[in-house]
Amino acid sequence: MSDITRDDVAHLARLARLAVSDAELDMFSAQIDAIVDTVSKVGEIPDDVPPTAQVVPQTNVVRPDTVEPSLPRDVVLAAAPAAEEGRFRVPRILGEGA
Amino acid sequence: MTATVESAPYTVEEVCEHFDPVMGLEVHVELNTDTKMFCGCANAFGAEPNTNICPVCLGLPGALPRVNGTAVESAITIGLALNCQVRERSGFARKNYFYPDMPKNFQISQYEDPIVFDGYLDVPLDDGGTWRVEIERAHMEEDTGKSLHIGGATGRIHGADYSLLDYNRAGVPLIEIVTKPIVGAGVRAPEVARAYVTALRDVLRGLAVSDVRMDQGSMRCDANVSLKPKGTEEFGTRTETKNVNSLRSVERAVRYEMGRHAGVLLSGGTIRQETRHFDEQSGTTSAGRPKETFADYRFFPEPDLPPLEPSRDWVESLRAGLPERPWERRARIQTEWGLSDEELRDLVNAEALDLVADTVDAGAPPEAARSWWVSYLAQQANTAGVTLPELAITPVQVARVVALVGEGTLTNKLARQVVDGVLAGEGEPDEVVSGRGLAVVSDESALTTAVDEALAAQPDIAEKIRAGKTKAAGAIVGAVMKATRGQADAARVQELVLERCR
Repeated sequence: MSDITRDDVAHLARLARLAVSDAELDMFSAQIDAIVDTVSKVGEIPDDVPPTAQVVPQTNVVRPDTVEPSLPRDVVLAAAPAAEEGRFRVPRILGEGA
Repeated sequence: MTATVESAPYTVEEVCEHFDPVMGLEVHVELNTDTKMFCGCANAFGAEPNTNICPVCLGLPGALPRVNGTAVESAITIGLALNCQVRERSGFARKNYFYPDMPKNFQISQYEDPIVFDGYLDVPLDDGGTWRVEIERAHMEEDTGKSLHIGGATGRIHGADYSLLDYNRAGVPLIEIVTKPIVGAGVRAPEVARAYVTALRDVLRGLAVSDVRMDQGSMRCDANVSLKPKGTEEFGTRTETKNVNSLRSVERAVRYEMGRHAGVLLSGGTIRQETRHFDEQSGTTSAGRPKETFADYRFFPEPDLPPLEPSRDWVESLRAGLPERPWERRARIQTEWGLSDEELRDLVNAEALDLVADTVDAGAPPEAARSWWVSYLAQQANTAGVTLPELAITPVQVARVVALVGEGTLTNKLARQVVDGVLAGEGEPDEVVSGRGLAVVSDESALTTAVDEALAAQPDIAEKIRAGKTKAAGAIVGAVMKATRGQADAARVQELVLERCR
């Protein structure tokens, strides 16, 4: 058991900006607990095996510092839920409590 | 505005009777590459909003970031200039957070394996001494977009109705340079902070990797300050002050936070770990959002970007190409050119030192080079309302004008007209000379003819000269200068007049 608590799930949900009900907190804490248990099997690997974040054996993939065309602004802003003065419009950032 | 009245801050001297200040300075520097960190969009200040954006910097599904090789080179160069080690294998990481300034909901940064680490900078202080600031690390990341908060009273995020986002800056290459804790500076802590940021700016300017304009945000400093009671070892709770937009503000922000912390601690209170906002007008700080704990960013390795393994040869060639440290260069130049402290300071303040040095490198004697930049060109810049570096003339062109004077092709007066021509966009100095017909008339036969004509036109004066009244020659010289539209060497004309009258 990796002891994922309801509080842990509530914290994660807050970071991910997800609304989670009481019932879901119970359900997800059990599920995430099982997932973390499974993943923790990597802890059984001997220490002399280096961690692997990349599976493609490439290094130093860089591009030249050359300007390429950007997207037309009209096209980009047309895909936004709201735009104003050539900018993306987003709802108030800080909530009522801030 | 908070309703809480904070006790009057203590002076740094009072603070240091009870506490030792500890500082950590984080400086963000925007690189001046042509393109962004992970895409080919232009890296340009002041463009129309959202005109330099693409699927990569907007974080659209399926977009693949690609690393800007020049930005990596700049990062390594900065590290080497700060006496850092270069990591043999370094990678990128995602820093996850929800905030509209990053459309991806994460920022690509570096976490456990920054490209350079463990360095130091010996910082010149006002009294001529130095203070060694240890560098923890410098890592590569991308800048965020710019927000405009609409509604509410102040234009600040608090009380705004909604916000407008411009993502031109999102993805611009950023180097974050982090110091180790600076301890032991005592009452000099504010001065050390300013001196460090000043020295860092000068070094980066010398490397030509960034515009380092604090007023434009291409260099930004976050100042972490905490106090520990004298005689103890454990650091106190720190605050991180942002919006510190000038060198002077660095010093003021540190001084204010030291005093504020002391006020809170000495009255039995505790310091909250939080971000504070520096107010340039009042020189005070106010509470921002409480600092998220480190783990909340849920860093993990960026799966789309393979690691970097800079070769030894590459690193060593970059090290070999490092320029002199700016203050060492200034000291050398001062000695070589025989400048007083005041003359040197004037050059530096007028942003003329590099221009003069480049003019000297292009072959001009130091005194002539300096004289052009600090007098005539400074006047022209002043009249045009621009800085010296913005003038439309290069050090190489100034050096050419100096050479033309030196070889007798131009008088100083003509040289100023040539400079005017260059500034007016009439081309290189030699083109202005021929275009405006400005060269000194040094053709002896042409000059002799002009002298003879002038003598013939004023026979009575010619007679006086022949009788030994050499002072009368001035009138003939004047006539010749007029005939040659000022382009003759007056001294040579005088000699010729006397010769022809023997």
